Amino acid sequence: MGDILNIVLKRLGLGLVTLLVISIIIFGAVELLPGDIAQAVLGQGATEENLAALREQLGLNRAAPIRYFEWLGNAVTGDFGRSLVSQTPVSEAIFTRFGNTLFLALYAAIIAVPVAIFLGVLVALYRNTVFDRVANVVTLTSISSPEFFLGYVLILFLAVKGGYFPAIAKIDDGMSLVDKLDRTFLPALTMVLVVVAHMMRMTRASIINLLASPYVEMARLKGVPAWKVIVKHTLPNAWAPVINVVALNLAYLVTGVVLVEVVFVYPGIGQLLVDAVTKRDFPVVQACCLIFAATFILLNLAADVGSILTNPRLRHPK
Amino acid sequence: MSNSKEFKELLTRDAKSGKLGRRDFMRYAVAAGMTIPLASGLWTSEVAAATPKKGGKFRVGVHDGNTSDTFDPGTYQSVGQIQLAHAHRSYLTEITPDNGLGPDMADSWSATPDAKVWTFELNKNATFHNGKKFTAKDAIASLNHHRGEKTTSAAKALLTTITDIKAKGDHAIVIELSQGFADLPWVMTDYHLVMCPAKSDGSIEWDTMLGAGPYKIVNHEPGITSTLVRNEGWHREGAYFDELELLILNDPNARQTALITGDVDAITSVDLKTMALMARNKNIMVENVASGSAITLPMFCDHAPFDNLDVRLALKYAIDREDIVKKIMFGTATVGNDYHVSPAMPYAPTDIPQRPYDPDKAKFHLKKSGVGKLNVDLSAADSILPGAVDMCVLYSEHAKKAGIQINAVREPNDGYWSDVWLKKPWCFVKWGARPTPDNMFTLAYKDNAAWNESHWQNKRFNELLLMAKAELDDTRRAEQYREMCVLAKDDGGTVIPFFANFVYARSKKVQHGPSLAASWELDGGRGYHRWWFA
Repeated sequence: MGDILNIVLKRLGLGLVTLLVISIIIFGAVELLPGDIAQAVLGQGATEENLAALREQLGLNRAAPIRYFEWLGNAVTGDFGRSLVSQTPVSEAIFTRFGNTLFLALYAAIIAVPVAIFLGVLVALYRNTVFDRVANVVTLTSISSPEFFLGYVLILFLAVKGGYFPAIAKIDDGMSLVDKLDRTFLPALTMVLVVVAHMMRMTRASIINLLASPYVEMARLKGVPAWKVIVKHTLPNAWAPVINVVALNLAYLVTGVVLVEVVFVYPGIGQLLVDAVTKRDFPVVQACCLIFAATFILLNLAADVGSILTNPRLRHPK
Repeated sequence: MSNSKEFKELLTRDAKSGKLGRRDFMRYAVAAGMTIPLASGLWTSEVAAATPKKGGKFRVGVHDGNTSDTFDPGTYQSVGQIQLAHAHRSYLTEITPDNGLGPDMADSWSATPDAKVWTFELNKNATFHNGKKFTAKDAIASLNHHRGEKTTSAAKALLTTITDIKAKGDHAIVIELSQGFADLPWVMTDYHLVMCPAKSDGSIEWDTMLGAGPYKIVNHEPGITSTLVRNEGWHREGAYFDELELLILNDPNARQTALITGDVDAITSVDLKTMALMARNKNIMVENVASGSAITLPMFCDHAPFDNLDVRLALKYAIDREDIVKKIMFGTATVGNDYHVSPAMPYAPTDIPQRPYDPDKAKFHLKKSGVGKLNVDLSAADSILPGAVDMCVLYSEHAKKAGIQINAVREPNDGYWSDVWLKKPWCFVKWGARPTPDNMFTLAYKDNAAWNESHWQNKRFNELLLMAKAELDDTRRAEQYREMCVLAKDDGGTVIPFFANFVYARSKKVQHGPSLAASWELDGGRGYHRWWFA
């Protein structure tokens, strides 16, 4: 067990370094974008004079490295600064938005992960039957269509024509959980459709891979029923790759939802990031990207720890 | 028969304007030969429906709102900000539904004969949402927010000729100008110039969302939603809805779906490509309002080959405006005539002949210019107007028939205003509607204007501009603007293909008066207090 703790700590340390590098890259990228925040805020109405006045006010006249290190100094102490445009604290702007994104991701994950794994086991059990083919075709079609298209199709049939679910997923703090779940069902379903295929096929592939091993042959020979072979004998050994894919898809649920948010007008963090980039609002961009990066790092770490824990050979290295 | 029809119309009109009560209406109608059920039906369908009544929550899907939108009037820019500003704040004057000028926070205004000193009498009953009286001090602070060295306001250029603003008692302000300016009351309708409470140091309190408008904000999440309730102490008639909800719906499809499924009662912009499908819905009314928002294609008049008047004329004759309105705007635009005064603006001349699409004339001018083959670049980006690049390609097809080669250049969306506009010799520009010709000409056509986008220098035009500025006689002003329009059309460097309409939609449950202001979406942003639920 000590080894795992060691690995976790080492990985967390490396994660911090990664975050630092990412913050430099993001800062550089925002600096490279044509135009600056003053122009983005004042738009067509900008004249040289009020551009200069606004730059002075926001402290944009100082050299880029100075601004970066100033930001970094504050960020290390937990102060992510204020949005350059609205002058409100970044943490305040991000807090609810990120909460909303997590809510939607969790909602989608709670549906998607069990469905994907269950389907994966089923198609492995009934591999090469009509059921297997249909499940594969349907999930592959949904993963191959762009999210916004899936969203529009769902809106058309389930909201506009059917009227079963609301098309606009506006939620606020005053809503009850049931209301929220109802309002956000369509975006959650869209995301479920996008991520299920990947996880299901990985489950199927790793199970089928193991079905050829001698110990499975042995189990069959001693008369264990087919479903039991899969659930009890192969699935425990198939976890490692499945956990990896699940983690990747969970990360995607958090970071890849911009289009879904736009289509369903869901107040998540993706929309905030897009707004911030168009306005060159560096502190907000930086904070959003770091959250995304941290999500990836943490989920990858969780995936590695998970595959170690499910594999006795890795748990007890020689 | 036609007589009775006219009578019926007269009757309904009088009834709608309140001159006729229900009892009198019925009596006249029956006297004119209508049966009682018919007259009664007419009253309910025509008159009662047109009489505003209070109540309901008006939910609007607004496009172009961002998380970064603030309440600083100096940085108002997005449609979301402008719409909200008209709902919770107020201006000194307003554009009325028939595109005239009316009072808002100011009751009346007058000028000295040279139009250099203006006095605005402020409304004595107006208060801010916290109950504080609106006084001259607030008005002065609100205007000064856009003036002076340090201001970051985008409206600074509008107020540069103001030399001083003084209070005259508590309820009047006197504005002194360095030159005569007859349009000052019109300028006060500019969306930046909202009235905010003054702080003791003469600055304004803008970050608290306080205003003196018809509704007050109870909940605001930038870029997502704003909820407002009626300001019971509002100083004017109207504000029929109990509550407002402005939802930011940036995605055109989300907006339209929301209106169709009844999640909102109106939307500020309709995707032109699906407009026809939407209009088929029985519960939805698509409003198509001609506006003063122009598309301009300014050519640098001091840059070869555009320095040659015949080249400019050739290009002006080589564009098929009607075709562009039909194919790019799906009919929701007014054909332009190369002067920047739309029919929706005051002083719009009506007797200047429309310039036709005439490849032969274009060829003639091209030959006369002596430049030989004409091969020019026209820059555009779709962020300025969806379909901008397509329009330029279509134009280049039109021009081919006149032997002119126009290359439509797709520029990056980012930084278009800083890197292309005013930098490239010929580009695609979209202007928001400005209230008066003077406003537009001073901004973008005056010889030394910072935004003289075509680098056009015309002595007579600039003389007239100065003369008209201080001219308080409307007939003479109209003549002066007419002459300026002719000059812009025949000598200027700007091709104006069309004026874009405002195309928005509402549920048929929502009613409004007989006409709609053309300054912004939703009745000039004032549907919030002018409209009602039937």
